[in-house]
Amino acid sequence: MNRYLTAVKAALFLLLLVPFVLIILDGVQDNLTADPIEEILHRTGLWSLRILLITLLMTPLKVLTGSALFIRLRRMLGLFTFFYASMHLLVYVWLDLGLDWAHFFEDVIERPYITVGMLAWLLMLPMAITSNRHMVRKLGQKWKRLHQSIYLVIGLGCLHFLWLVKSDVTEPLIYTGIGLTLLLFRIIHHKHVQRKARIAQSSRS
Amino acid sequence: MKFKNTHKDHQVTDESIYQSRRKLIKAGLLGAAGLAASPAFSLTLPTTTDKNERFVIDEITREKDATTYNNFYEFGLSKSDPAENAHTLKTEPWTLEIGGLCEVQGKLDLQNLVNGINVEERIYRMRCVEAWSMIIPWMGFKLADLIKMCKPLSSAKYVYFETLYDPKQMPGQNGRSIPWPYREGLRMDEAMNELTLMAVGMYGKELPNQNGAPLRLVVPWKYGFKGIKSIVKMKFLDQQPVNSWQAIAPQEYGFYANVNPEVDHPRWSQATERRITGGFSLFNSRIDTQMFNGYGDYVADLYNGMDLTRYY
Repeated sequence: MNRYLTAVKAALFLLLLVPFVLIILDGVQDNLTADPIEEILHRTGLWSLRILLITLLMTPLKVLTGSALFIRLRRMLGLFTFFYASMHLLVYVWLDLGLDWAHFFEDVIERPYITVGMLAWLLMLPMAITSNRHMVRKLGQKWKRLHQSIYLVIGLGCLHFLWLVKSDVTEPLIYTGIGLTLLLFRIIHHKHVQRKARIAQSSRS
Repeated sequence: MKFKNTHKDHQVTDESIYQSRRKLIKAGLLGAAGLAASPAFSLTLPTTTDKNERFVIDEITREKDATTYNNFYEFGLSKSDPAENAHTLKTEPWTLEIGGLCEVQGKLDLQNLVNGINVEERIYRMRCVEAWSMIIPWMGFKLADLIKMCKPLSSAKYVYFETLYDPKQMPGQNGRSIPWPYREGLRMDEAMNELTLMAVGMYGKELPNQNGAPLRLVVPWKYGFKGIKSIVKMKFLDQQPVNSWQAIAPQEYGFYANVNPEVDHPRWSQATERRITGGFSLFNSRIDTQMFNGYGDYVADLYNGMDLTRYY
């Protein structure tokens, strides 16, 4: 199992790096459209959202298959979500705004899609910092609560996408739909587990 | 399409391409070459297209960038879609319908129109409402010249335009991103302004479909969305028309849409812009956006006494 897990993790790691490598390759070959900054922003944002949804898919997969493997992949997926979100933020602040902090703060305050995007990144930051095994052990129950803010992040991420689109919201709505489905699964599953526990308790007494 | 380039300054087009084009023109083969590249097109432009020396800018956006990065929702929502999908548009023959409050009404064959009107080259800045900008060498005629031919009545206060509506040729029109057809309008004095151009070409050759072939509006002191593409209808009105983006989101887009660094769009600061001048550079730092996109000398008078934060 251990060697198998290591191989799966290594493969996943490389796979998750592909979008990043493609940005660099396309950049070198002048393939990032006429507006490379916009294109990099778009790609990193989209991949962050996609990987976030994949991260949230791990628990349902574990429940449905009974395999704990999926839970073992969650941390790496979460960290890659954070990696692409951070690239997204960095490209925006540094390459796009040229570190014009006045412009940055104006954007964060005045443009709702940037406000929620920034909030999503700030919520991810403590999760990324406490993602190592040591912090999991140290924080105990608190760790679980802290990392439940992922549900808020997915909501903010989808809002960020919805609010920045000019007219046709089909694409962000697809992502939002997938996100809601993943949340709904948890709610239903949670209720199911509670009911089972109640039944087990009443039959014991 | 066929037309002779008589201007001497070739900075707009790559020198070798330019020379080969000249040879093709001499051999009378350019029409055929143009046909091979874009089968639907055969508009012949007048034989003399002078470069207007008053509108020259040195640093021009690469043709590759200006023809592959387009907002033209009739062919898809992504900026790369129009270049990929616009080949379905048939631009020949093309008729422009003239109507409304004017003496000369009816259908105008674009080829006939172009044969009888002065076409010149002008290099203009183009500022998109999304806060990026390009510098594009257009070939076109003054809208004022066309308007004079139509003999508008004194009651005509606005000019209204419509893009072709044909979902077979413009597959994006099957979607509901915009209430089709795309509509735009100008106040009469804006339309008559000497800057206002009806473009039929760019980069010394025919207008590519994705850039609004065969006839599009260019109003360089306004945001790019005012530059309605593939125009089939022009009407003179006594009341201000509602343009497409204003209809979709009136709190975000107005009728005037003048480039104004002091009036922000709810989603974009308009104080600065990313200038797309080509070449790969990750460090294209933003430049300051100019009032009226730098054309204040020509157009500021049109808006004397108007509150531009209200009439955005």
